Amino acid sequence: MTLTSKALLLLAGIALAACNNPRGGGTFGGGGADGFGGAGGSDGFFDGGITTGNLGDPNDPRSVAHFQQRIGDRVFFTVDSSSLTAEGRATLDAQARWLNANSQFSIIMEGHADERGTRDYNIALGERRANAAMQYLIGQGVSANRMRVVSYGKDRPVEACAAQRCWDINRRAVTAIAGVTG
Amino acid sequence: MTRLLHTLSALAVLVLTSLAAALPAQAQPLRLQITEGVIEPMPFAMPAFVPENSAGGQFADRLARVVAANLTNTGLFREVPPQAHIGRITSFDAGVNYADWRAVNVQALITGAVSVQGNRMTVKFRLFDVLTGQQVGQGLQFAGTTDSWRRMAHKVSDAVYSRITGESGYFDSRVVFISESGPRTSRTRRLAIMDQDGENVQFLTDGRAMVIGPRISLSGERILYTTYETGTPRLALMNTQTGQRQLVGDIPGAQVFSPRFSPDGGSLVFSAARGGNTDLYRMALASGQIQQLTSSPSIATGPSFSPDGRFIAFESDRSGTSQIYVMPATGGEARRISFGQGRYNTPVWSPRGDLIAFTKQNAGRFHIGVMRTDGSEERLLTASFLDESPTWAPNGRVIMFTREAQGGDPSLFSVDITGRNLRRIPTPGPASDPSWGPLLP
Repeated sequence: MTLTSKALLLLAGIALAACNNPRGGGTFGGGGADGFGGAGGSDGFFDGGITTGNLGDPNDPRSVAHFQQRIGDRVFFTVDSSSLTAEGRATLDAQARWLNANSQFSIIMEGHADERGTRDYNIALGERRANAAMQYLIGQGVSANRMRVVSYGKDRPVEACAAQRCWDINRRAVTAIAGVTG
Repeated sequence: MTRLLHTLSALAVLVLTSLAAALPAQAQPLRLQITEGVIEPMPFAMPAFVPENSAGGQFADRLARVVAANLTNTGLFREVPPQAHIGRITSFDAGVNYADWRAVNVQALITGAVSVQGNRMTVKFRLFDVLTGQQVGQGLQFAGTTDSWRRMAHKVSDAVYSRITGESGYFDSRVVFISESGPRTSRTRRLAIMDQDGENVQFLTDGRAMVIGPRISLSGERILYTTYETGTPRLALMNTQTGQRQLVGDIPGAQVFSPRFSPDGGSLVFSAARGGNTDLYRMALASGQIQQLTSSPSIATGPSFSPDGRFIAFESDRSGTSQIYVMPATGGEARRISFGQGRYNTPVWSPRGDLIAFTKQNAGRFHIGVMRTDGSEERLLTASFLDESPTWAPNGRVIMFTREAQGGDPSLFSVDITGRNLRRIPTPGPASDPSWGPLLP
């Protein structure tokens, strides 16, 4: 998570104005696209532009930083499963409350798998996980129009080690705040 | 990015008929049967090619070393190194003193000659059966550019391999793969292509977008792969001759991945994941028309056409865990063929049509294996922390795959379908997802 903390520090220190990405894009958190956090790394999602956004103060309940750090932007799964755990549902309940209160944000729901499987299967499994989390949020009143799914399979681990500890945190669905809609 | 299959412009193959006059019938032909049994590698000698002019001298030894490496790497041949040779080949057309080669236990002697004029080169070779004291087949001559000198060595190797084993070769072929770099949490993945021996690596994408799972067409001119350049996985089709590239097979709201060419190259089959289900679709490339092939509330991915184009093998977890199924290439009822312990993924039909290679996960280990197309006679060829993504050599004798040691980086390995001769393929860095192209014309 060093990238996340660096990005948070950097952004908190600079205290940039609110999201000024002209395309309304950019993600906060998660492991893909040009997100500021997680296991990021540019995938050329919005090539050519630098997206900047204010993550805010995690003590401010309306901030993206609060969503990521206090509520938790991810839920975890057991091996080869896309069933939400009780803990995962509780996290998604809190996510849904925040998302319903901050309806200006769109969401990229990322699905991920651990490395103990074949590549294509893990993309399918990641989609199942992202879909499970998304359907749960829809059930809690979050509009489907605000969300889209991206599965990275096993190719964007949040931490890489050949051990259970890493596999456990890599089997995840991440609710990445993707910027302001409209 | 253009001219990726660096053209061996007007590669001329000439049979040296005048040199092969009236061979006597051989009592004991030089022949190696590739069977399941233990093989004693056939000892061969590959002296430096005879330079037929001074410019050819720079290639004399290099050509011989590539041929020797190819043959040795099959595990079927063992080189008697040049320093052990008693006999000397100083003229391509002079007679062979077989006693000199018998004395150092050589069975197969390969002689060659090379001449260079400007950027054009001509390579000739002959194969001799030392034990019977006869030439095997006719001499062959290849002409091309000096840039393609390795290809000419590969062509010599293919001809030698083919004459001795009775099988077609696989040395003059290329492999598409994913070249990886950077930390695993934010890996850079580039589409790349190389010769089958790991030489001549060329990068086809710049690494900005994550790319996975390339497949080269049977003609070797096009590559399909999955790219994240738009944010979600999409299918890209690249022409290796022109460098042209387009996104294909969009299904709104779906993750599309796992694309494969049909044998005739006219259509592709791929997976689309949407709403928690992953199904197989087929698209005609000319019309763009898309047909759904499976509709099971489960994962169907990893498709592979039979060489005759009539069937598709794929993996599905409809039974609860991933297993291999075979269905008609137009869709319809799928028949499960894998019934062993563990999970089965990534079925790949052999170019000969007789076997299906697969990845198997069982008891915490990964294997590359083969089975007959009805699921019988399953044989595991490898075992490791993580083996996956098998691809067949064009002659159906060798499988290349991705191996990742525990805590290590992925790299490419090859293994014979007998399970022997496990070898690492040298790549510039971590590498995965190989797709072995055709024998080049």
